[in-house]
Amino acid sequence: MTQLLLFNVTNGLIIGAFYVLMALGLSLILNLSNVINFAHGGFLVIGGYIAYTITPYVGFWGALLIAPPITALIGLAVERTLIRPLYGRDPLYSLLLTFGLAFIIEDGTRFIWGAQGKPVTVPAFLAKPISYDFFFITGYRLFMVATVVFAVALLFVLLRYTRLGMRIRAGTLDLETVSALGINVRILRSLNFAVGIFLAGLSGVLAAGQLGLEPTMGTGLLMPSFIAIIVGGVGSLTGTLLGGLLIGVASGLTAMYFPAASEAIMYVLMAVVLLVRPRGLLGEEGMMT
Amino acid sequence: MSGEQTRKLFVLSAIWLALLLAPYWMAPLGGYTALATRVLVLGLAAMSVNFLLGFTGVLSFGHAAYFGLGAYGTGLALKFLTTSTPMSLVMGMLLGGVVGALLGALIVRRRGVYFAMVTIAFGQVFYYIAFQWSSLTGGDDGLRGFSRQPLHFRFFQIDILSNTNYFYYFVLFCFAVAVGAMGLILRSPFGRAMIAIRENERRARFLGIPIERHIWIAFTLSCFFMGLAGALYALVNNFADPRGLHYSQSGDFVMMAVMGGMRTFWGPLLGAAVFVVLQDYLSSVTVNWMSFVGLLFVLVVLFFPRGLLGFVRRKSAA
Repeated sequence: MTQLLLFNVTNGLIIGAFYVLMALGLSLILNLSNVINFAHGGFLVIGGYIAYTITPYVGFWGALLIAPPITALIGLAVERTLIRPLYGRDPLYSLLLTFGLAFIIEDGTRFIWGAQGKPVTVPAFLAKPISYDFFFITGYRLFMVATVVFAVALLFVLLRYTRLGMRIRAGTLDLETVSALGINVRILRSLNFAVGIFLAGLSGVLAAGQLGLEPTMGTGLLMPSFIAIIVGGVGSLTGTLLGGLLIGVASGLTAMYFPAASEAIMYVLMAVVLLVRPRGLLGEEGMMT
Repeated sequence: MSGEQTRKLFVLSAIWLALLLAPYWMAPLGGYTALATRVLVLGLAAMSVNFLLGFTGVLSFGHAAYFGLGAYGTGLALKFLTTSTPMSLVMGMLLGGVVGALLGALIVRRRGVYFAMVTIAFGQVFYYIAFQWSSLTGGDDGLRGFSRQPLHFRFFQIDILSNTNYFYYFVLFCFAVAVGAMGLILRSPFGRAMIAIRENERRARFLGIPIERHIWIAFTLSCFFMGLAGALYALVNNFADPRGLHYSQSGDFVMMAVMGGMRTFWGPLLGAAVFVVLQDYLSSVTVNWMSFVGLLFVLVVLFFPRGLLGFVRRKSAA
């Protein structure tokens, strides 16, 4: 019983870690640029498939290092050509554009790599369970969680202590003033977008090792990320972090007692949060880092 | 002023004449009546979305949920409860509208991009329910095993089941009632208040308009219209599809509204016509139709944000 409980909580935390990585990227872009990036799941898929393509040449570790930056570069190109013209306009337009982009990416990956799922092999020493009592904790899962923790910590340090991070935080509060202080807001937005897409690419590589690759995998992770942001609270990255873990664990636990409702529980959580605390768990006007 | 009015009257009668005669002019152009019926139903859906998007200015990206609820409500009603087509339509519409009203009360607590995100997320709930509860809804395969029934009146009946033209006129009748109601609401003081909220929410608030309540009412009304559209859609195919509940369907509706012209009353119908015909054509010539639809989204947003009618209107104004 305890073991089963532990199993489900661990599962929840691991899937929650994915939600967190996705949701943090989405949240960054949303906070600074007011863009709901529907193609975020698409970028995750791109990251995963790039890793799949280069793994035979550079190995898993190489792919883990190279694929996310490449994804971020692709994201940068997309931001500069397609999304930048829409900043002054109603958020509806960027939403629709990224929505169309998600279609193109999904169809494109299917066209290039085929509709069949692709496996990504992880190093053998990571694939083994740690112990027989806790068969569900494989080395890879631990590694995944560690990577997510590291990436999140790095992000928070970046936002807290670097000049870029300070500017991003300031821009979230008042972009106009930041611009008036002589900071190039266009570059700031581009870099911020690239950081968000980098996180998506990273989750793509990690997800590829755990779940294998499919062209549609991104869309499945998108909705929980939205919920994580809403539950966590407007403009709060810490909230997003909490929200992601919370819905992950909640859906893991529900899977134990009532598997059919493991998706639905997230929406219930969201409804409860909107009912009793509309601004979200840690929602405040500013971004708390 | 009166010249403007005669022009409007002329355009309006042209639209209705084209709709009334659609079964006769569609066929020679290579279309078929069922396609016209679909355009009408999806056009109504797009107009319902636009009721909120274009006239209240709040972005709902999850309206497929209420569309799908209408479809499932009608399908289930016909399958288990009633043999009366109009009755089942009312039930589908009520299901979509009432659920919309309940969720709307939660959704209006957020504004802006967060409003959109909450609508998307809540929209997905019903997709999962339809998907998981397969004993009732048929799961992934969709709901089958029902069909629209002939309309019975006291002295005669109209066979809308086998005669596609009769069915078209039945749908047109429902469409006309719904669109008429929409037009009346938009002309009413409430409708004016909606537009005031769209133009400047803060000013509207200072004028004493209860913003949250108005948005909630507009949301609920739009869900009722959406439910009706979904209910009719179930009758078109005698089938309810879980993908009709999915957020990608919501995206299609918003796209139809934007492509036709968000700030115009009839734009979404035009957008729906173009979208349906294009999708019909693309999926018959290429397997990569998804990319082309996606490309359409990108191109419309970048180069045609006012939509077809907005474009025409601007040209004639200039």
